[in-house]
Amino acid sequence: MNIIVCLKQVPDTESQIKIGSDKKSIVTDDIKWVMNPYDEFGVEEALRMKEKFGGTVTVVGVGPKRVTETIRTALAMGADKGVLVNDDALNGSDSIAIAKALAAAIRPLEYDVIFTGQRGVDDDMGVVGAALAEFLGIPQLSLIIKIEVAEDGKSVKATRPVEGQALIIEAPLPVLITAQKGLNEPRYASLPGIMKAKKKPLEEKTLADLGLNAGEFGSAARKVKVLEITPPPERGGGKIVTGETPQEKAAELAKLLHEEAKVI
Amino acid sequence: MFTPTEEQQMLIDMMGKFAEKEIAPNILQWEEEGKFARHIFDKLGELGFCGMTITEEYGGGGLGYMTYAMVLEEGAIKTGGGLGFLPLHLAAATPIEAFGTKEQKEKYLTKMTAGKALGAFALTEPNAGSDAAAIMTSAVLRGDRYVLNGAKSFITNAGEAELYLVMAKTDKDKGANGISSFIVEKDAPGFIVGQKEKKMGLNYISTRGLTFEECEVPLANRVGEENKGFLSAMYALDGSRIGVAASATGISQAALNAAVSYAKQRYAFGQPIANFQIIQFMLADMETETVASRMLAYRAASMKDEGKKIAAAAAMAKRYATDTAMRVTTNAVQILGGYGYMKEYTVERYMREAKLLQIVEGTSQIQGLVVARELLK
Ligand SMILES: Cc1cc2nc3c(=O)[nH]c(=O)nc-3n(C[C@H](O)[C@H](O)[C@H](O)COP(=O)(O)OP(=O)(O)OC[C@H]3O[C@@H](n4cnc5c(N)ncnc54)[C@H](O)[C@@H]3O)c2cc1C
Repeated sequence: MNIIVCLKQVPDTESQIKIGSDKKSIVTDDIKWVMNPYDEFGVEEALRMKEKFGGTVTVVGVGPKRVTETIRTALAMGADKGVLVNDDALNGSDSIAIAKALAAAIRPLEYDVIFTGQRGVDDDMGVVGAALAEFLGIPQLSLIIKIEVAEDGKSVKATRPVEGQALIIEAPLPVLITAQKGLNEPRYASLPGIMKAKKKPLEEKTLADLGLNAGEFGSAARKVKVLEITPPPERGGGKIVTGETPQEKAAELAKLLHEEAKVI
Repeated sequence: MFTPTEEQQMLIDMMGKFAEKEIAPNILQWEEEGKFARHIFDKLGELGFCGMTITEEYGGGGLGYMTYAMVLEEGAIKTGGGLGFLPLHLAAATPIEAFGTKEQKEKYLTKMTAGKALGAFALTEPNAGSDAAAIMTSAVLRGDRYVLNGAKSFITNAGEAELYLVMAKTDKDKGANGISSFIVEKDAPGFIVGQKEKKMGLNYISTRGLTFEECEVPLANRVGEENKGFLSAMYALDGSRIGVAASATGISQAALNAAVSYAKQRYAFGQPIANFQIIQFMLADMETETVASRMLAYRAASMKDEGKKIAAAAAMAKRYATDTAMRVTTNAVQILGGYGYMKEYTVERYMREAKLLQIVEGTSQIQGLVVARELLK
């Protein structure tokens, strides 16, 4: 079984996010970059499938040179090879353009299953998986927490949690699956895995290598434009409940919870 | 300076993530229960981290000391210590790698690197600590085996470990030149493990005394030549001190991080305490000394990797980094005020961990002696 995992590099959730002077982007200088956690579930699931059925796991990333670190992390976990689509013309691309670049990089490869995260934890769009499946003309199973491959290896049954229930859906291979939290517990890269990662093949491709027109990428080609990024509102001050006696205070608190906070 | 390579960074990230997720959230509970987290050692073994500095030929990671220092430091940053069992496991493994026979390496070293056998390093005795050459445990050759008699104290991992590297006198008339080292298996006849000591800190790691009563050890388990055991112990300790210096640096960093974030959030007299210049200077000193510790640890590590003599470099790194960790953690508790004294805020544990590092593997005073000896020779 040949499996492809798409990887996005995102700021570590512990990084302090500062908004840039253009108010449309974030300052990336001091950011620690990590693998999108949802993509990590995809890598883990791909490795488990490979361990069960054989085949190869290829990881594909789009972005600047630093994304090789994330690809190498997946290689250290056990993936076999990596592809990075890196082109200055990609800077500022929207999700649809990223999906287009991924599709072009993936089309020449052999695949039975493609994983993406259900969304990137940076801008929470959740579009790339669906768009990629559309570009490749394959079915998409989104927000999956459990996967069973049929005995004949021709289809998968997958579980999506829906409001406390489980929806079981089935699709023929090849299929694209977007990974949701709960799918698995990703492994740590082992020391020998890390030492071997550098020797595994990692190809770098430009848009031209993939036969793509640079004009369809980048900020100018965005279909979704970012108008402004604003920080979350500052936390307002607390309120001290006053009153002479505990009874008065309790009554005042109940009134505030009912009338102002509207929680009771 | 000392920017990690891509591989080093991946190893650092891996250890950081592991320590943060698997160790940090549980360590206080393990400490209260006095429970050794064997599964952490097992897991690190599976991941290839139990023999980091040992050659790949015997299942180790083949890492240089520089990388080792960076990885241990990161583990300590995320846990404020926490990996204390590892340097002593390696102190037992290192002489086997350097001076052991092929059979010893195949039989014992491979198990230690795989995390299938935990090691302990047994040098200190009730009446011989700093003056390690004064040990009295004796080993007498009888036929194809040595018979050991005597006692060891304060042995890290004792009771949990499967393998003990034990230093004993094979020639009682010759101080340091009369010591040999032996691999003792946990169920060797006449080998008795003592009560678990109750300690000021690190109660998630066991420390116990050992007694040898006509304890029989096969001749084949002597590591290196007879009467050359002290050398191999010192060799192991030189490397191990780099690890202690790196861990101490990590503890300092952890305490500093906690102090900085607290100082920014805690209000007194209508403003964050970070506004007070006295606090600022405390933080500035903590930062400066932590960086200096790191530089000394990395210097000793890179000298070791270059094959240079490191006795003085390792000693000054160990002394400076552990004394710094003591100051920095004490000041972190101070900056957190009453909260700093509470277990919930974790810096009090860093302080207790730092104190130990000034004592084990040669006290700060002994490290000073080593440095001075090199200067004055
Ligand atoms: C938790 C813990 C774990 C340990 N784990 C191990 C282990 O795994 N294996 C092992 O072999 N040992 C271990 N030890 C023992 C440790 O290495 C010794 O405690 C240490 O070397 C000091 O020896 P001592 O306690 O006998 O102190 P002493 O040697 O009696 O020293 C007492 C004081 O005198 C000072 N002093 C001694 N000589 C001089 C001198 N010449 N000049 C100036 N000052 C001097 C010392 O610095 C110290 O302050 C452990 C100890 C502890 C507390």
